[in-house]
Amino acid sequence: MDKEKDEKIKRYVTSSQIWKSIFRRKHDDTKRSRVLAVVGNFFLHLHPVSLSRHALALKYTWCMGGITFFLFLFLTVTGVYLMFYYHPSIGEAYWDIKDLHYSVPFGKILRNIHRWGGHLMVITVMVHMYRVFMTGSYKAPREFNWLIGVGLLVLTLLLSFTGYLLTWDQLGMWAITVGTNMAGATPLLGHEGPFGEQLGMTAHNDVRFALLGGSSVGANALLRAYVWHCIAIPLFVALLIGVHLWRVRKDGFSGSL
Amino acid sequence: MSNIIHILFLKDNEVIALFGIAVFFFAVVAFREAIKNDRLQKQGKWPPEEQSGKDKVLTWPFLVRKEFLVAIFVTAGLLVWGVLRNAPLEEFADPNITPNPSKAPWYFLGLQEMLVYFDPWIAGVLFPLLIIVGLMAIPYIDINPKGSGYYTIRERKFAVSVFSFGFLFLWVILIVVGVFFRGTGWLWYWPWQEWDPHAIVAETNYDFTQFLGIDSRSVSGSITGGSVVTLYYLLGMVIPYVIMKARNSNNLQKLGLIRYITVSFLFWSMIGLPIKMFLRLIFQMKYIWVTPWFNI
Repeated sequence: MDKEKDEKIKRYVTSSQIWKSIFRRKHDDTKRSRVLAVVGNFFLHLHPVSLSRHALALKYTWCMGGITFFLFLFLTVTGVYLMFYYHPSIGEAYWDIKDLHYSVPFGKILRNIHRWGGHLMVITVMVHMYRVFMTGSYKAPREFNWLIGVGLLVLTLLLSFTGYLLTWDQLGMWAITVGTNMAGATPLLGHEGPFGEQLGMTAHNDVRFALLGGSSVGANALLRAYVWHCIAIPLFVALLIGVHLWRVRKDGFSGSL
Repeated sequence: MSNIIHILFLKDNEVIALFGIAVFFFAVVAFREAIKNDRLQKQGKWPPEEQSGKDKVLTWPFLVRKEFLVAIFVTAGLLVWGVLRNAPLEEFADPNITPNPSKAPWYFLGLQEMLVYFDPWIAGVLFPLLIIVGLMAIPYIDINPKGSGYYTIRERKFAVSVFSFGFLFLWVILIVVGVFFRGTGWLWYWPWQEWDPHAIVAETNYDFTQFLGIDSRSVSGSITGGSVVTLYYLLGMVIPYVIMKARNSNNLQKLGLIRYITVSFLFWSMIGLPIKMFLRLIFQMKYIWVTPWFNI
C-alpha cells in the first residue's frame, strides 16, 4: 500500500515541469543515459564521453593533474572562508590569525587545511609535470598545452608565495624579504643587478619596488600580496585551467598509441 | 639525532620531507613502468592489446567514479592532517629582528642554495627564467616522435636522463639540502649536529684567473675569464656538432641549426651549476669571470 503511494508520488514529482526543467535525462543504466550524463552536464562536459581503458589506470596518470585541480577548488573554498575573518592590514592581520586559532569555531583546522592543501598543490603540480614528461604527453599535438601547464606551475608557486606573507609573522615576512630581494638583483631592472645602477635604478624605482609597493616589506606589500593571492592570480589560474582542460579534452586523454 | 627530529617538524618542514619522498617514489614508478614497456617492446608485444586505443570505456561512471573517490580521499587526508598538525605561526613580524637563518619558502630553497655558488642575478633571476623558458621550449626542441603517451627510456634516452637529472637532482636535492642541511649563517650542518648561531667558518675563495697568476680584477683577468666562459659554451656546442656531423647523424639533420643551438645552450647552462658547485667545493673557486658590472 505504502509502496504504491511512494511510486505514485515519485512519478508525480519526476514528471512535473519543474523537475524536467532541471534534470534533463533519465537516471538509468542505458548507454544513452550515461553518454548524456557527461554531454548534458555543465560540470562534467569537460570530459570526453569515453576514453581508452589504460588512461584510467592510476599507475599511468598517478591522478596528479586531477588532484591539483581538486586542490585548487578546495583552496578557493577554504580561502573564501578565511577571507571572512581576515583584514589585510599590518595592525590586524596577525591578530586575525590568532583569532582563527583561539576564538573562531574550527578556525584552526580551517587554517591548517588551507596551508597544508596549498603545500600539497605545489607538490602535486610538480609531480604532474614529471609524469607528463615521462609519458611524453607533451608531444604533438599537445605542445601548447604543455606551455599552459608551465604557466600554471609558475602561477601555483606564486599563489603559495603571496600567501606566505598574509600571516604577517616572522616566518612569512622574512621569507618574502629573502624572495623579493632576489628581484632587486634583476639585470637592468633591479638596483643591485648588473647594469641596474647605470640605468638609474634605485631601491625606490626598480622592479622590487613595484612588487612590494615600497622599498621594504611593509603595509603596501601586505595589501599587494593579499590582492594577488585572493583575486588576481586565482583569476589567471581559473582561466588557464579552463583552457588546459579544454585542450586535454580536444586532443584526447594522453596515450595515443 | 634529536636535532633531526626537531628540524623535521619545524615550520613547514614535514611538507618538504613528504615532497622528497613523493617525488622519488613516483620516479621509481615511472622508471619501472618504462623498463617494463621497453622489455615488452623488445619481445615484440607492443603495443599491448588493451592499449591500442580501441578499448574504450565510458567516462560516466568509470572515470567520474574514480575522480570522486580521489577527491574524497584527499579531503579526508587533509582533514586528518589539519587536525593532527598545526600550521606554523611565529611571532609578530618585526623588521628589526632578522631570523638566522632566514629562508625563502621551501620551493625556492633550491634557488637560495644556488646563492652559495652564484651571484643573486644568476641564482635568483637568470636561472629561474632559464628554467621557465627551457621547460616551455621542451615540446619544440624534442622532435623525437617516439614515446608519445607511454613510459619508455630506450626510445628517449637523452630526454629522459637530462630531465630527470635536472628535476630529481638539481631541483629536488638542492631544496632538501637547503631545508635540512643549512643552518645558522647558511652553514652546512649534518642532521645530528646542533646549529651554532656563533659559528664562523673562515673561507678563502679564489677567482679562476688567480690560479693562473692573473689578477681577476684587472683587464687581462676580465678578458681571460670572459674567454673561458665563451669557450665553455662554444666548445660545448661545436664538439658534439662535429662528432654528430661526422657520423652523419639523422638526429642532427632533423633538429636543424636553431634547435641544436637552443638545446645545447640550455643543456650547458644546466650543467654549469654542478660544475660551479664542484669547483667551489673542491677548489674554493668563487668567480670564473669578473667584470666591473657583473661576476660569473
